[in-house]
Amino acid sequence: MLNISTKTPTGGFSFENTRRNAVLEANLSEKGYSAPNARKTGTTIAGLIFKDGVILGADTRATDDMVVADKNCMKIHYISLSETFFTLPGVAADADVTTQMMSSNVELHSLSTGRPPLVAMVTRQLKQMLFRYQGHIGSSLIVGGVDVNGPQLYSIYPHGSYDKLPFLTMGSGAASAISVFEDRYKPNMELEEAKQLVRDAITAGIFCDLGSGSNVDLCVITDKTVDYLRGYDQPVQKGMRGGTYRYKPGTTAVLTKTVTPLPLDVVDESVQVMDTE
Amino acid sequence: MKEYHYTGPVEHKFSPYAFNGGTVLAVAGEDFALVASDTRLSEGYSIHSRDSPKCYKLTDTTVIGCSGFHGDCLTLTKIIEARLKMYKHSNNKNMTSGAIAAMLSTILYGRRFFPYYVYNIIGGLDEEGRGAVYSFDPVGSYQRDTYKAGGSASAMLQPLLDNQIGFKNMENVEQVPLSLEKAVQLVKDVFISAAERDVYTGDALKICIITKEGVREEIVPLRKD
Repeated sequence: MLNISTKTPTGGFSFENTRRNAVLEANLSEKGYSAPNARKTGTTIAGLIFKDGVILGADTRATDDMVVADKNCMKIHYISLSETFFTLPGVAADADVTTQMMSSNVELHSLSTGRPPLVAMVTRQLKQMLFRYQGHIGSSLIVGGVDVNGPQLYSIYPHGSYDKLPFLTMGSGAASAISVFEDRYKPNMELEEAKQLVRDAITAGIFCDLGSGSNVDLCVITDKTVDYLRGYDQPVQKGMRGGTYRYKPGTTAVLTKTVTPLPLDVVDESVQVMDTE
Repeated sequence: MKEYHYTGPVEHKFSPYAFNGGTVLAVAGEDFALVASDTRLSEGYSIHSRDSPKCYKLTDTTVIGCSGFHGDCLTLTKIIEARLKMYKHSNNKNMTSGAIAAMLSTILYGRRFFPYYVYNIIGGLDEEGRGAVYSFDPVGSYQRDTYKAGGSASAMLQPLLDNQIGFKNMENVEQVPLSLEKAVQLVKDVFISAAERDVYTGDALKICIITKEGVREEIVPLRKD
């Protein structure tokens, strides 16, 4: 039987946890605390369709409010083994769980139907799940891949809407990246030209958007191959520090030191034979 | 159990302030002072300018660094410059660093109930030619320091300065007074590190070096992403 990891509710929307969350929030604020916020990645992601397939690109900065939490995180995630789909989590850590769920669902669905999976199938499952959660799962994604219907590119928003387009951008740096695409995109581009265009779009996001930065990751998907080019380009060099900031042993003050020897006696010895036939 | 109710659409008032980012740092030495700032001006997730330094030269012996809301920074520096001219014309001498600091405190407190959203740090030479740093909060509370960081990356820089200049949390270390070359190198290094992790800090670093010869400037590029 096709078993999706979360139980699909019998009818309507499931908001069982909202009352519980409200109570938790109220209890916390009574004591003067606030509930933790989800960390948004603030990102530039982009995808386009070229002559032989799809190219997806992403920056590699993850931010915690306005501090960089991860300078080289992976935003391009792998969905399916037999066919080649990749999604790009746009703006939240929900993306990790989402892609893991989709990965298993795609496999199960294609085993159940006996056919190789379709990009449209992944998109539909994702949008149905996101709509069910009414936008509380804050991931925007780009899904790209090649299946029997050719190369396809979809974008999905947190509330569950989707678009099917030849080129797309998402994240806080979407505006910077889409301007590059609008200027230079042509249908049926060659591979090298297309890679350069995606790289330039992500680079625009890296420099012009504060939420994006560090390196460009690319993923080239054709009907025959998948090329995951992690760190395809590094448009920003880390500054070199001039001084040395090493500390000699003995610099940190030791206030107290207690040594407690632990004498151990053998109390019981038993041997369990493993069946290695 | 508390009642859960949906509050409905919320109206947002117009806010007279904006946050334009930027980090400022000042260090006082034996016979010099440094005031450094990055040159990025941002708002939200965008960059307005990559070349908007936050240090303003007031006299030959005093430089002020202002970060926070850029509109208030500009107005405040205009007011300070006007007051400096008035003082010069009535007293026939330039204001000393300590006098400028005291005056700035009264200017800021004058707007106690609609503050200038500016974090100020003054760096300069005092009457004896020794380095002086004065740090302020938005409503005028100030004190003289040896070193101080202000602005968006201040929480990242201040602990490092406490360790390297103040020799805090260290034992068995020779406490040599800071030379000008070491101070400049330290300032460059801390800003390079701040640019790695703070999104508001980057593009370029401008260091104003104040000695008895006057005010010298050095510009160093930083990460642009």
